[in-house]
Amino acid sequence: MTASSPAVARPRNLMVSLAARGFVKIGVLPVLVLVALVVFASMSDNFLTVENIHSALRQNSYIVIATLGQFIVLLTGGFDLSIGAVTALVSVSTAMAMVAQAESSSPLTAVLVGIAVGMLVGMGCGLVNALGIASLNINPFIMTLATASAFSGLALMLTSGVPVAGLPVEFSDWLGFNKIFGIGVPIWIAALAAAGLWVLLTLTRPGRHIYSVGSSPKAARLSGISEFRTLLLAYVAAGGLAAIGSVLLTARIETGEANLGASLPLQTIAAAVIGGVSLRGGSGRVIDAVLGAVFIGIVANGMNLAQINSYYQMIVTGAVLALAVVADRLRSRLAVAVYAGKV
Amino acid sequence: MTEPVLRVRGLTKKYPGVTALDQVDFDLRRGEVHVLFGENGAGKSTLISIVSGAQRPDGGTIEAGGRAVELSGVAAARALGISAVFQEFSLMPTMTVAENLVMGSEPGRFGFVDRRRIRRLARERLDEFGFRIAPDRLVETLSRAEQQMVEIAKAFRPELSVLILDEPTASLTDEEAERLFALVEEARGRGIGIIYITHRMAEIRRLADRVTVLRDGRLVTTVPGDTPDEQLINLMTGRVVEDLYPELPVPGTDVVLAARGLTTFDGSVRNASFELRAGEIVGFAGLMGSGKSAAARACFGLERVDSGTVTIAGQDLTGAKPAAVMKSGVVYLPSDRKQEGLFLERPLRETVTLPWLRRAPMSTGPLLRPGRERAVAGDMLRRMQLSPADPERPAASYSGGNQQKGLLGRALLGECTTYLLDEPTVGVDVGARVTIYERIVALARAGSAVLVVSSELPEILHLCHRVYVFSHGQITAELTGADINEEMILRHMMHWGEPAAKDIA
Repeated sequence: MTASSPAVARPRNLMVSLAARGFVKIGVLPVLVLVALVVFASMSDNFLTVENIHSALRQNSYIVIATLGQFIVLLTGGFDLSIGAVTALVSVSTAMAMVAQAESSSPLTAVLVGIAVGMLVGMGCGLVNALGIASLNINPFIMTLATASAFSGLALMLTSGVPVAGLPVEFSDWLGFNKIFGIGVPIWIAALAAAGLWVLLTLTRPGRHIYSVGSSPKAARLSGISEFRTLLLAYVAAGGLAAIGSVLLTARIETGEANLGASLPLQTIAAAVIGGVSLRGGSGRVIDAVLGAVFIGIVANGMNLAQINSYYQMIVTGAVLALAVVADRLRSRLAVAVYAGKV
Repeated sequence: MTEPVLRVRGLTKKYPGVTALDQVDFDLRRGEVHVLFGENGAGKSTLISIVSGAQRPDGGTIEAGGRAVELSGVAAARALGISAVFQEFSLMPTMTVAENLVMGSEPGRFGFVDRRRIRRLARERLDEFGFRIAPDRLVETLSRAEQQMVEIAKAFRPELSVLILDEPTASLTDEEAERLFALVEEARGRGIGIIYITHRMAEIRRLADRVTVLRDGRLVTTVPGDTPDEQLINLMTGRVVEDLYPELPVPGTDVVLAARGLTTFDGSVRNASFELRAGEIVGFAGLMGSGKSAAARACFGLERVDSGTVTIAGQDLTGAKPAAVMKSGVVYLPSDRKQEGLFLERPLRETVTLPWLRRAPMSTGPLLRPGRERAVAGDMLRRMQLSPADPERPAASYSGGNQQKGLLGRALLGECTTYLLDEPTVGVDVGARVTIYERIVALARAGSAVLVVSSELPEILHLCHRVYVFSHGQITAELTGADINEEMILRHMMHWGEPAAKDIA
């Protein structure tokens, strides 16, 4: 019988009780998404058109993919502040490899080589993070802050700060602007990545290990789980997902950019937290992370259509983030009360 | 008969679906230690949280010092001289002991905090209790026992009339507990009324003037402090004490785990040799910090081994990692279930199945089978008589006794050959204990080797075929049969002269 504050312990009536239970079950996000949709639909006629929704989702798919990477790392109780720098480094190395390969081989080969190089670079960056965190015991916040600086520097050094141009047009055609069954390729890939991650986290042992290490590293160790291998998987997967997002973005903008993704670390953490992923590790679902990222996209798109100044948009995003954290804390308090049969 | 300092009549607290307290009457006299006794969930915590102002009742009256009072919050209760020390501490970890002691009433000068006076006040307060803790130390650098002392020192204030202690010895060494008892007795001498919650019979015998027994939120009765243990347990559970410990099976002879000259790197265990045999329950007895727990942990790869060997099923596993030790059929139940056992925010199912996910029917190849996993976890929770046996509830939402049954269920699920159980009934009520003891004996009967590391003497006496007694890192005796009695064990526990202070790291 844990003591909780009287306000939480005493529901006023059935409606309050039901609302509390619903809130604990699904969180606050579905409500926010609904509210945002209604508000923006009433502000702009263009908002609820098929074209607008498609283009909003496509623009948003890069953030969704990066958020998935951030999400895995958050589940282990860590952070990845280097996700933007990895995006930049992958963009640059993919583009350079592609340009170099295009001189001597077919566009298809060049594109494949470029993607392979990008993926390896992204996962390699994840590996560096993992080694620092899991074997040298460096705090994830500091480790990824350090590598963020290093990876950024490397990307700038490789390009001298000049965008890498001259990519094969096929690259942009296939991955940037192409549609399959009327839906843009980035959306498909984001959906596949989310589905793949869901399978990993809910249907495999390594996925379960990620949750358990995030929830209690000591208890995981006593259960015979290797913290090292689990963190390795999480950070390499995060690097891989950042690489996928970066390759798609590079295809869209048709150049390798060393400045790509600078805002991603904060955007992805914000998206995951708004979705209800815990910063303490150990709890959160794939759907939470995806919805969080989509919600940020909807708000940005809606405010653009309503011609709201982008400075205001930043303020709104900040306010929503802070509110989401408050809502999350309320939710975990309520969860205890609900399970104790008090609500 | 002295005038009660606190009188509670018809106290009722309802939560939808549960009546936590039902028309409870309770009196506390000046200068008495009044023990609240009952299983987890009997209503003890609800009662003290209402009396300390942390929760509001739904019905009933509270009188303090002869006047009806409305306890609108912790501060209101404190103003009436009612202070509580809960199991969850209320100290600020990053502040000093002195700052914590004066928190809320910092002496000031010209609007600035007067650091020197704070330190002097704290010093005086600590000296008064004989606590040897430097006022300048940060709370986060203190051991749990030391934090407990600071918490108690904080609760004592000049105007104190009612002191509430919720299982205060749960994290103390015996020496520290002794000091706490002296303190409680002194407070009683000063006329303070003390409400004391404990599961330990020895503390009731030592301290209690009266005992109030609660069951299922209702008052059973209030009896004198010298009421025999059997009768108290009977009142609490409606069960007879002989039923508590099942009959032991005949032990086997095959050695499953052997340690030879085991010495840990930090010196917590020195030159210990012991054996566990199939079908046998072995006890490790000793004071807190005597090395009994460290010896078990060293076998499981949780303590760095300096010298000596650990052989399990004929294989040298000295210094192997937990994962490797588990592969050879050993499982460890930690004593600190919140830190080392449970995944608190995850469904209890995940805690239960995690080590064994690889096994059929929970996996096919690389993929988990969630339905089967749920069924396996649900079966185990029902076998362990959890209430409710719902594997999808977060582990944190279960009571301590249920959590412990869940963790033991997790160990049982492994169908291992050797079970290392570290304080298997810590903070667990009698009802849950009966279940746990039954399972432990069933394991031995089925041919497993079971090690019970325990600070509870009755467990060592009634549950073990063979007992190793630890003192200051060394094994001072190996007892069997009739030698397993209170006198022998206590004598060997104290073997190395007076207890050293090194337990307080």
